[in-house]
Amino acid sequence: MKLSIPEDELLSSGHSACQGCGATLSMRYALKALGKDTSLVVPACCWTILAGAMSRSSVCVPLVHCPFATAAATATGVKAGLVAKGNTTTQVVAWAGDGGTFDIGLQALSGAADRNEDIIYVCYDNEAYMNTGIQRSGGTPWHAWTMTTPSGAGSERPKKDLDAIIEAHHVPYMATCTPAFAEDMVRKFKKAREIKGFRFIHVLSPCPPGWKYEPEKSIQLSRLAVQTGIFPLYEIDNGKFRLNMLPVKLKPSIEYFKQQKRYKGLSPADEAQLQSSIDGRWRQLCDRHNAQPAVTTQVAKNTQHSVP
Amino acid sequence: MKKTLMGNHAVAVGAKLAKVDVVAAYPITPQTQSVELIAEMQAKGEFKGRYIKVESEHSAMAALIGAAIAGARTFTSTSSQGLAYMHEMLHWAAGSRLPIVMADVNRGLGAPWILWSDQSDTLSQRDTGWMQWYCADNQEVLDSILLAYRVSEQLCIPCMIILDGFTLSHTYEPVDIPAQEKVDEFLPPYKPMAAIDIDKPATVGSLPSSKDYFRIKRRQAIDMDKIEGVFDRSVEEFASIFGRRYGLTEGYRCSDAETIMVMAGAVATTAKEAVDQLRQEGKKAGLLYLRSFRPFPTKQLKGYAKPGVRFAVLDRSYSQGHHGIIFEEMKSALYTCNPRPGIYGFVAGLGGGDITVELLKEMWAEADAGKPGADETVWLEEAR
Amino acid sequence: MPRLEGDPNQFEAIKLSTRSMSEVHTGNWRSLKPAIDHSKCTNCMICWKYCPEACVQIATGSPVIDMNYCKGCGICAFECPTKCISMNADAGL
Repeated sequence: MKLSIPEDELLSSGHSACQGCGATLSMRYALKALGKDTSLVVPACCWTILAGAMSRSSVCVPLVHCPFATAAATATGVKAGLVAKGNTTTQVVAWAGDGGTFDIGLQALSGAADRNEDIIYVCYDNEAYMNTGIQRSGGTPWHAWTMTTPSGAGSERPKKDLDAIIEAHHVPYMATCTPAFAEDMVRKFKKAREIKGFRFIHVLSPCPPGWKYEPEKSIQLSRLAVQTGIFPLYEIDNGKFRLNMLPVKLKPSIEYFKQQKRYKGLSPADEAQLQSSIDGRWRQLCDRHNAQPAVTTQVAKNTQHSVP
Repeated sequence: MKKTLMGNHAVAVGAKLAKVDVVAAYPITPQTQSVELIAEMQAKGEFKGRYIKVESEHSAMAALIGAAIAGARTFTSTSSQGLAYMHEMLHWAAGSRLPIVMADVNRGLGAPWILWSDQSDTLSQRDTGWMQWYCADNQEVLDSILLAYRVSEQLCIPCMIILDGFTLSHTYEPVDIPAQEKVDEFLPPYKPMAAIDIDKPATVGSLPSSKDYFRIKRRQAIDMDKIEGVFDRSVEEFASIFGRRYGLTEGYRCSDAETIMVMAGAVATTAKEAVDQLRQEGKKAGLLYLRSFRPFPTKQLKGYAKPGVRFAVLDRSYSQGHHGIIFEEMKSALYTCNPRPGIYGFVAGLGGGDITVELLKEMWAEADAGKPGADETVWLEEAR
Repeated sequence: MPRLEGDPNQFEAIKLSTRSMSEVHTGNWRSLKPAIDHSKCTNCMICWKYCPEACVQIATGSPVIDMNYCKGCGICAFECPTKCISMNADAGL
């Protein structure tokens, strides 16, 4: 039996995530890659609940809960404290949602990235405040419905380009990933673990109740987000940018939108506007990728590996 | 070894002697020299811990919480807006039972902007579950930091050491700096109640039932009640090694006093002079110096409330819609005394206004004459 | 103290969470139940890979879904390349 990702499970069954939760799959893959010598720091987010109510835990590694704005700062402290006590091997991971990253935690995140703290910061991005019941965050895409963007046109602003903000901090490693490409995600977490300094991983995590689709479609939507160019998979390793998946031709974004009732109010004009912004960003990323031909062959190999 | 130190440097030297593992701090006037000296001592190799130059006070406390959970001894210093910005994390530190020690350099709170000292910043953190100890001189600042670690780490309750902005923070005074081996003798290494253990993975701070939450808070309260005993024992150890002794409160010429002034902070040194002058005038004046505001030393205070004694409480803060904060605490603590003493509330020196001997004597005389109403706050402004 | 059970000094100051969530059987969340047709299954383990409950057992070399935990999300059936998993009304309900 040949498995494409590690067999060991550090996520326990019996957790309280919704059916088809992308954030849970993301944790499952991340822990498979990171291994037991890992300590998690979790601010207010869905994972506050998924980690288990008092006396129980759904992960087989230490986990520290912290207030909403403090994932990066608390993780900084946990790492500093462990090092002070002679433990230099444990990988400290801040594990925050998009609200705790794009919005309330951005200042602490910027501080930790700027100091090049020796931690991995993961944003599992389900594109709204899902734990409090689907309110708009800085990670909510343009025209997506949430409880606080209830009009037909949905969210009135484009999704904040968080990755660009992080890149501007000159961090040693950053990457995007999503559960449909489990092997790619495991590879990136394993790679991140070997690098010293601040590492940032942005995980698009489909959310059935928040995006309004049937839970069986979590992987399909995760895959479509990449295939449409809405959430390109890339990594920036020591300043070198590369796309990890280069579809021959992007699928039309409507294939992704039409399966989610959060885009129910999308007008043809909104749709055209979104497609044009996706195309523009994709061209930019391809240009960056092609500007570094030395790594292209390697990328092609990864691509073959990661496309299901 | 005696050295002339400003209060902020006494803070930094105290942290260094305590062999703190992790400092996380953000600069704010008038606290800055404390972290500057820590950075300097680190550059010279005298301070061996890590100094995390965080981007905010909120993150400073968050980082210390993380470090303390990992088993490290931790320290920060701040002031005013910085302390207010930390508020959420102060609750989190205390609820997580982490013996973090912090120096706060007292400064008023805006708006409008104010740089000078009063006690609004610290007293408005009353309910965060931190000990609050006020200092009257720079020796006390240094000693209190060492004592704070000793007491905090026995009970897993965080402690705030408080010194007046500028009056102490920027004023040079002779300070006896204890030898490192004496400090090591007094202060054993920190043994956390629970630390991160990869081999025994556990989650810290997960969502409890209401019953669990209630019991956790009840235990916190029980342990806070134990501070007095632990403090006294720690002071005995401290005195046997360093020859100096402190109490949660201190009385000055109180044994036969009829009207006793009550206050916290460096202003108490001015009040001693006022008491001496009043005594020379044949008046039965005394001074009750409140070193510990949390826990509030109710038992000791009751010892001063002999029949007929009046208290003149000086507040350098004000709870809008009510009264000065120490005034209210005094009334609450002494409510059950029989007979109930006269307690009079005075507010002075907000935003750094001078509190002179004359002003204190005037305050004493008003209380001694029983002039202010029981529910009145008297606002005293320096005449000059 | 009549309103408080036990000695508060014995209450835990810090309550660590060390028991596993696997004590909680989430199978009763399920309205649809997956069934694997092993005659068509190629043991590719994609159902194992994509299971958010981590409840597909693979120790025997072919997938077995642990119904104590399966919440019936249907990802396994949807993603199965040979379409050998069917989702049916859970008879237990």
